[in-house]
Amino acid sequence: MSGFDFLTTRLETALGWGRKFSLFHYPFITACCGMEYMSAACAHFDIDRFGAGLTRFSPRQADLLLVVGTVTHKLAPVLKTVYDQMLEPKWVIAFGACAVSGGIYQNYAVVQGIDRIIPVDVYIPGCPPRPETVLDGLMKLQDRIQHQKQDWRWGKKP
Amino acid sequence: MQTRIQREARPESMLINMGPSHPAMHGTIRIMLELDAERILNAEVEVGYLHRGFEKTCENKTYFNLLPYTDRLNYVSPLINNLGYAMTMEKMLGVAVPERAQLIRVLMSELSRVSDHLTCLAAMAMECGAFTVFLYMMKAREFLWDTIEFTAGARMTTSYIRIGGVRADLHPDWRASLAAAVGETRKVLKDVAGLLDKNSIFQGRTRGVGVMSQEDALSYGWTGPCLRSTGVPYDVRKASPYLVYDRLKFEVPTGECGDNYDRYNVRMREMEQSLRLLEQIAVLIPEAPPLTGGLEIEPAEAIRVSRRQKAPGRVRLSPNLEGSEKDRLAGLMTSDGPVGVPPKEDTYATMEGLISHFLFFMNGKGIRPPKGDVYFSVEGGNGEVGFYIVSDGTDRPYRLHLRAPCFHVVAALEQLIIGRLIADVIPTFGSMNMIGGELDR
Amino acid sequence: MGKEALIEDIRTKLGRAVEAVSDSFGDTVLTVRSDSLRSALAGLRERPFDYAVLLDITCVDFAAGEGRFELVYHLYSLSRNVRLRLKTSVPASDPAAASASGLWKNAGWLEREVFDMFGVRFPGHPDLKRILTYEGFEGHPLRKSYPWRLAQPRIPLKDKL
Repeated sequence: MSGFDFLTTRLETALGWGRKFSLFHYPFITACCGMEYMSAACAHFDIDRFGAGLTRFSPRQADLLLVVGTVTHKLAPVLKTVYDQMLEPKWVIAFGACAVSGGIYQNYAVVQGIDRIIPVDVYIPGCPPRPETVLDGLMKLQDRIQHQKQDWRWGKKP
Repeated sequence: MQTRIQREARPESMLINMGPSHPAMHGTIRIMLELDAERILNAEVEVGYLHRGFEKTCENKTYFNLLPYTDRLNYVSPLINNLGYAMTMEKMLGVAVPERAQLIRVLMSELSRVSDHLTCLAAMAMECGAFTVFLYMMKAREFLWDTIEFTAGARMTTSYIRIGGVRADLHPDWRASLAAAVGETRKVLKDVAGLLDKNSIFQGRTRGVGVMSQEDALSYGWTGPCLRSTGVPYDVRKASPYLVYDRLKFEVPTGECGDNYDRYNVRMREMEQSLRLLEQIAVLIPEAPPLTGGLEIEPAEAIRVSRRQKAPGRVRLSPNLEGSEKDRLAGLMTSDGPVGVPPKEDTYATMEGLISHFLFFMNGKGIRPPKGDVYFSVEGGNGEVGFYIVSDGTDRPYRLHLRAPCFHVVAALEQLIIGRLIADVIPTFGSMNMIGGELDR
Repeated sequence: MGKEALIEDIRTKLGRAVEAVSDSFGDTVLTVRSDSLRSALAGLRERPFDYAVLLDITCVDFAAGEGRFELVYHLYSLSRNVRLRLKTSVPASDPAAASASGLWKNAGWLEREVFDMFGVRFPGHPDLKRILTYEGFEGHPLRKSYPWRLAQPRIPLKDKL
């Protein structure tokens, strides 16, 4: 039914628009990239103008998991628990070289990229990435959220 | 597997976990608390969530290559870690660093120290509810990082201070950006002092909370602002002066009773002293020597001319770029032996330069200090940052150990919070300035 | 007191415990026997030496070449502004040394770190367990015999896509 498709695409656009401009992020901060996260969140570079300024310190209330910094094997179960506690729809940004791929640390203690533990939507490389890079990554995620398709069949997940 | 606190807990109390991922933006540390309503009966601190294998990695890298790893230790004052490592190696190799490089090193250290204290107090204030203070201090930090970035190329993890000197000269406009940074920071400190010093809420949360006595602080091996807040005026820059600190005038502020408010106050006054040091250093650093090579021409012109002949004169490039730094190198890098990368003009133009470049980077060659072990410490943002290096004569360290100041400070956290309320944990922990990269190495 | 006088006094006070006194790039290094480690540390903490601050405890693995672990203590005297490095060797087959946790309060955590990284036991320590690695980690990472890249994941990791 073409009328139905027209309605759902309009609805998806509206949903995407609403979701991308009101991201509540959970900053899972571990290491040096936390300093660049603080810079990106503060007045000079300001992620609040993208709608993503409000930090929610509970995974139940957040929809964007920002994994900032190195994840070690000791911390991996905690990351998995936090990710599992988040409600759909949820997105993950791997912030910094250590979260993307283990960074400069390839040894017994560091997980070589958080995509070994949880699925990742956007990878922001850099050691640490400049705040402009962070904002660029956030905008790419917003593009992705805008074009995300919703499965309208009853009972199915997107 | 039961933790100690689970074994010791009474059946009627509540066990709560301030887990490794928690809102206080200090990194990852786990504080397990045994509570009776809001009063803390017992506490256990678990660290190691950011243990990245720094010391093991350093045993597998050459002395030159492991410099970026030292940046990421105390990542809020990264240049001071670079400095500690470089000076330990210079002690072992017995090289003397030129005067200009020493002055630049002091400049960078003090910039790092101010940004360390700014970050610590900003996070501490934000967790107590003063969000404005966080934004103001981050604004000041941006100016400081701009100054560092124009010279070193990166805002945070710069690898700028190398063994034997520094990587490049200060950028041509450094006096203006330094003056702007110092001015902004002074303004911000004045505003923050107005917001917090006599604020009854902040005083209520920090005065008399987290009190540490002098004997306990010394027994725990505390150094740095936390020790000075208990009244002991120990500062490595005064006790065993390094670089040019013996020629500079600055005071070492101390506190009275070692509570949170004293740690906050000592850091505020230390920032003022660091700004004083920055102004003195700005006067002491002489103008850079002029670049030789004749009249300078623009890069586009040089490309156009060199299609037919070698470009006459000197191309107008920044003297910090590789390939144009040879003129300034005498003031920036020691000439005692091959401890630094040879200048690119030599590497690409002469055979001896090429050979010396290879001999610096080849496996098994390069910096090879004599056998033995050495310990050297500098004053970091948190206290005495010490490097203990054991060398067996090869190009890789046999053992490299970091004496982390906040390891000892956090070891005392359990003692400071037992008997208090949960809400006291936040300013106490915030005032300790725990940095995960340094704590867990 | 000058350096030589200090060394003489230390030798007198500690007696047979001292094996050697040397100088390493300007640092004074005192080597003691491992069975008299605790008495040496306690003696150095008292007056007139007054090494009130224990800066660091660390360990170096010489197991492959010489069959020993070398424990290194860095002491600092606030009143006299002098540092001292104290070394002692324990055999690699059964590495154990007396705990200093009754003398300085930070020795607790420092010795836990040495135990975690090298496996040196400290009888007398109140709660010797791992501090930087996790429960269930097998082996001691900073030993030369532990492979640098041998990871022990706590949860199953996905293969790279």
